[in-house]
Amino acid sequence: MQRISSENRPSTSPSQAQILWRCFGYLRPHWKITAGAYLMMVLIDAVAMINPQLIGWAIDHGLEADSASSTGSLTLAVGALLVLVLVKGLFTYFQGRWTEVASQNVAYDLRNELQRKITQLSFSFHDQSEAGDLLSRTIQDVERIRFLTGRAMFRVIEGSLLMLVTAVVMIVMNPLLGLMALLALPLLVVQSISFGRVFRPLSVVIQKQLATVTTRVEQNLRGARVVKTFAQEEAEIERFEAENRRWFDLSATAARLQAVNMPRLHLIANLSSVVILWYGGTLVINGQLTLGELVAFTTYMAQLVSPVRFLGMILPAISMAAASAERIFEILDTVPEVHEEPGAPELLERLAAEKRVCRGHIRFENVAFSYGRHASILKDITFDALPDQVVALLGPTGSGKTTVVNLIPRFYDPSAGRITLDGVDIREVTLNSLRAQIGIVLQETTLFAASIRENITFGRPDATQEEIEAAARDAQAHEFILQTQKGYDTPVGERGITLSGGQKQRIAIARALLTDPRILILDDATSSVDSETEHLIQLALERVMQARTTFVIAHRLSTVQRADLILVLDKGRIVASGKHADLLTASPLYQNIYNQQLKRGKG
Amino acid sequence: MGFGIGVSSPGMGPRGIIEQFSGGDNQRGAAFNRRVVVRLLAYLKPYKRPMLLACLAMLVVSGLTLLTPYLLKEAVDQYISQGDRAGLAHISLLTAAAFAGLYLATAGQQYLLAWVGQRVLANLRSALFRHLQQLSLGYHDTHIVGVTVSRVMNDVATINELLSQGIITLLGDTLILVGIVVIMLTMSPRLALLTFIVLPLMLGVTMWFSSRARVAFRETRTRVARVVGDLAEDIAGVRVIQAFGQEDSTQERFTQVNEANRDAHINAMTLSFIFLPAIEFLGVLSTAIVLWFGGRAVAADEITLGVLVAFLSYVTRFFQPVQELSRLYTTMQSAMAGGEQVLKLLDSPPEVQDQPEAGEMPQISGRVSLDHVSFRYRPDLPEVLHDVNLMIEPGQTVALVGPTGAGKTSIGNLIARFYDVSAGMVAIDGIDVRTVTQQSLHRQIGLVPQDSFLFSGSIAENIRFGRPQASDAEVEEAARLANAHDFIIAKPDGYQTRVLEGAANLSVGQRQLVCIARAILTNPRILILDEATSNVDSMTESLIQGALRKLLQGRTAVVIAHRLSTIRSADLICVVQDGQIVEQGNHDELLERGGAYRALYQRQFSG
Ligand SMILES: Nc1ncnc2c1ncn2[C@@H]1O[C@H](COP(=O)(O)OP(=O)(O)OP(=O)(O)O)[C@@H](O)[C@H]1O
Ligand SMILES: Nc1ncnc2c1ncn2[C@@H]1O[C@H](COP(=O)(O)OP(=O)(O)OP(=O)(O)O)[C@@H](O)[C@H]1O
Ligand SMILES: [Mg+2]
Ligand SMILES: [Mg+2]
Repeated sequence: MQRISSENRPSTSPSQAQILWRCFGYLRPHWKITAGAYLMMVLIDAVAMINPQLIGWAIDHGLEADSASSTGSLTLAVGALLVLVLVKGLFTYFQGRWTEVASQNVAYDLRNELQRKITQLSFSFHDQSEAGDLLSRTIQDVERIRFLTGRAMFRVIEGSLLMLVTAVVMIVMNPLLGLMALLALPLLVVQSISFGRVFRPLSVVIQKQLATVTTRVEQNLRGARVVKTFAQEEAEIERFEAENRRWFDLSATAARLQAVNMPRLHLIANLSSVVILWYGGTLVINGQLTLGELVAFTTYMAQLVSPVRFLGMILPAISMAAASAERIFEILDTVPEVHEEPGAPELLERLAAEKRVCRGHIRFENVAFSYGRHASILKDITFDALPDQVVALLGPTGSGKTTVVNLIPRFYDPSAGRITLDGVDIREVTLNSLRAQIGIVLQETTLFAASIRENITFGRPDATQEEIEAAARDAQAHEFILQTQKGYDTPVGERGITLSGGQKQRIAIARALLTDPRILILDDATSSVDSETEHLIQLALERVMQARTTFVIAHRLSTVQRADLILVLDKGRIVASGKHADLLTASPLYQNIYNQQLKRGKG
Repeated sequence: MGFGIGVSSPGMGPRGIIEQFSGGDNQRGAAFNRRVVVRLLAYLKPYKRPMLLACLAMLVVSGLTLLTPYLLKEAVDQYISQGDRAGLAHISLLTAAAFAGLYLATAGQQYLLAWVGQRVLANLRSALFRHLQQLSLGYHDTHIVGVTVSRVMNDVATINELLSQGIITLLGDTLILVGIVVIMLTMSPRLALLTFIVLPLMLGVTMWFSSRARVAFRETRTRVARVVGDLAEDIAGVRVIQAFGQEDSTQERFTQVNEANRDAHINAMTLSFIFLPAIEFLGVLSTAIVLWFGGRAVAADEITLGVLVAFLSYVTRFFQPVQELSRLYTTMQSAMAGGEQVLKLLDSPPEVQDQPEAGEMPQISGRVSLDHVSFRYRPDLPEVLHDVNLMIEPGQTVALVGPTGAGKTSIGNLIARFYDVSAGMVAIDGIDVRTVTQQSLHRQIGLVPQDSFLFSGSIAENIRFGRPQASDAEVEEAARLANAHDFIIAKPDGYQTRVLEGAANLSVGQRQLVCIARAILTNPRILILDEATSNVDSMTESLIQGALRKLLQGRTAVVIAHRLSTIRSADLICVVQDGQIVEQGNHDELLERGGAYRALYQRQFSG
């Protein structure tokens, strides 16, 4: 089972470095601009190192009264300052833009890969996963990786570099004073680390709690009708407030931590600059240091501590990004349970190789199936659906009808036995070529929030208006579509909310018919359609059914009794099979159903 | 500058996103809206004291921020250049004390603001949630779940940023700015005025950037919303996508929106990379001006060296609040847009509303009457029910049959008063349903909707939904009656089995059984079954019917079904066609009449 664990794995997991490494692998295609950006960074830092020197130099040399040379020095310093900042601005622009381009491309590639993977993962994956979770991985988690591979990494390297160089320069300028300034560093680092250690887990909890609150709202809205029906508004409010309250309590704790952290870092930096002022001032009084050097020193001091503060914010962000990366790679590394053999041929090619065409002969041979750890759902299913036959599946709720037909397009793979199409094991050909031969109306109607036309043409976007209308007519949908406000261009609302149950189903039928499949599967496709309309649909289908194998699941006997083969399922086994007349005598279960629906009706 | 979407906003539909953002677009340029601000400020009222304290702390912060460079100047001028060691030590201590005070005041201010902000956020969300509980189904028909979720979660958060942090930042920064200007002017008017030369340039650049940035960043939000919307659709429809082999075409579409998103972000950020160096240049320019002119002045002994040093430090500080304020302007814009949306939601009146004098619905005995009822879902949509008359006696089971889209579900919706009639009256026990509270009405009606919605949570929790205090035995009893017990205990975790999203791990019929159990458990006076067993086999269905018959003794039931065997034994069968009841009577009568019902019947049993 491809269950996604929602928990973050411990950050100590040995692979964290590997995970980060893998993230940076996504920069590889963009290595040129990345390298360019880092080059710019070095240049920017070089400029940053010169600035304080210039100011200090200007104060020491440019302020002597009346001397022309002092005015000259001053002008020189000021001019150099301006030129340097212009140059630096240029570097900053390119550095910023290139970093951005590279990291946005990383996000772009990752999102494409994720979307591709998500649409390819099998039904069993989607049974277990939650849409909100997949979305937040593709949007927020990728965003964190983007931050990591972009500005975060950049700032880490830049900050470390700047700190290192600043420290060296300070020590060279005045070893003692320099060392005193460096004393602040360990304190800042300790504060940052201890803050991160408390804050990071807390922020994870807060995010989770926020997600819980969001889910509460979402579930409440989706189930609005149910909430109203059962007059549970008050209870829902109570539940919401409990979660909301918990979120507040957590956030208040976080606020307290945060409120202290930054000011504390500032305090450490400020206090050490006071120390510099006092000690440096003493040195100036002693004549061991010039005033200009002291001013330059305080400027360097600010430069020295600013990356530390930034690192304090960025280090937690990096480990959060690692957690995000893990969540992303978890999906990317999931092997779809249903997958093609490497080099599998197209179905039609494969048949053509044997000089055959697809006729639609489906054969189940001792097929068994179970959903994950569940007990076996299907056992020993064997039957033959000959080309152009209508095969009906009948049986109690939960007996496995949907499960049987879901195996034909390989939405799931059997755990034992095999299924063949025209003698070819369906696992030996590509998925798309197999599914191209199959049209299916799923039991649960899923419409897209788009126009009726877009919904019908989903499987064949190039269909002409005539073809669309023909399919809609066969599905008995044409008439009601014309009665809607904008006809085929009427939007259907979120999940088709503004259509009646039967209207949705008929659009889904039209969608399947339009692809003109060799094999048609109708999984309880007319359960919300009245018998009259259903009969008309059947007539239309009969016209076109001649050239296709059809599987019909239905609970209404009137729907199934004309089938060429009726399979009666019970608890995952075929307990009887044959035509209507045979079953009436051979199968007690079928008899019962028949009595239930027909005989008593006549009596 | 990250994505404007909360950390978890599951289930955003694309239309929703687009609507949400186009909704935001309507607020274009409205950076300040008095009405919105005044209404939102009211949420701060209960927290006057902490806010005042925060203001006080802010004053201290501003004062100390202004004081420290001055102390620096004093240190240079009075002590270092005079060689006064004791004085230097003294002023160093003073500076240290000032920094310590700054630390305390900043921490205090930040904590108070964050606390109040979080509190207001929680309160606003509660208010919205409460309001949502009162809105009628009509609201949910026309609003995408994802959008409403994002109102409650994201928009509220943007407001919070403005309400708590914003106001204080605004005050604090303005104060600091004014303070710096005053101090600079008193220290050296000439130098100060020279510094301010840069100001108009700065303003110009900032305004240019803000107007460009507003457009660019709005674009990024729209683009990322498209990405989310597109992906949400792909996930919701993934089974259909695979069934129809449309993976490639969805990938193509996604790649396009993804690309647009990437480019919009690069564009927006590129603007920043022009803006930031420009501002830095202006900052350095004024430093250069101070240095050059100040340096000349020091040389000419017009000002002291200390003044120059202090000036240099004030100049750097001067640009911080300027930048803060321009950033605040952007925050304010999105907060205004968010605020408008939130208030709009809070102000939207429920279409179905309890009348002020509405009383409780007394114990229902079960007479339901529809009296010349006409109905349309929205004023701009066609009428779906025309002049419907129906009389149900207490204890009767009434069946509604008829073609799809005829209006059966709509009749059920009206009896439960999910919508109000456009004309005519729905009465229960002779009481117009509009004159009683909805809750007291709903508490006595059990409805099994056509689309069987289950919450994610355990099966037991779902069955218990309408009566959270029900005992395990009662839950099991209800499940037995609904014929759900057997399949539930066959599941590995029995009643504690988690219902996955979309109830994916239950067969469709099983979902219906759970819904029926849920309705039975509340022991309703009127039961409405809207195709409640359409996906259930007829054997199971007849078992349920048997159980219900006992249960419904003396209670009214409305049954909607297409399978005629489901409703054959009903006391009254109504054939609904095109929004009208065209035939009424029991099974035999209707067969005899040879009308629509007979036709339906023959169609189904012609086998
Ligand atoms: N929420 C809604 N908003 C707007 N129109 C709606 C809404 N619900 C239903 N309709 C429209 O009202 C008409 C009657 O729908 P209703 O759901 O009552 O039909 P029904 O008889 O229950 O059909 P079915 O048997 O298919 O469930 C249909 O044309 C439908 O499109
Ligand atoms: N994704 C899943 N994960 C786990 N169990 C599942 C899943 N889907 C179905 N089941 C279980 O497998 C059994 C067979 O389900 P299936 O959907 O095939 O029934 P069905 O015959 O189609 O029933 P119905 O008539 O109600 O549609 C049921 O007991 C169901 O609870
Ligand atoms: Mg099924
Ligand atoms: Mg209906």
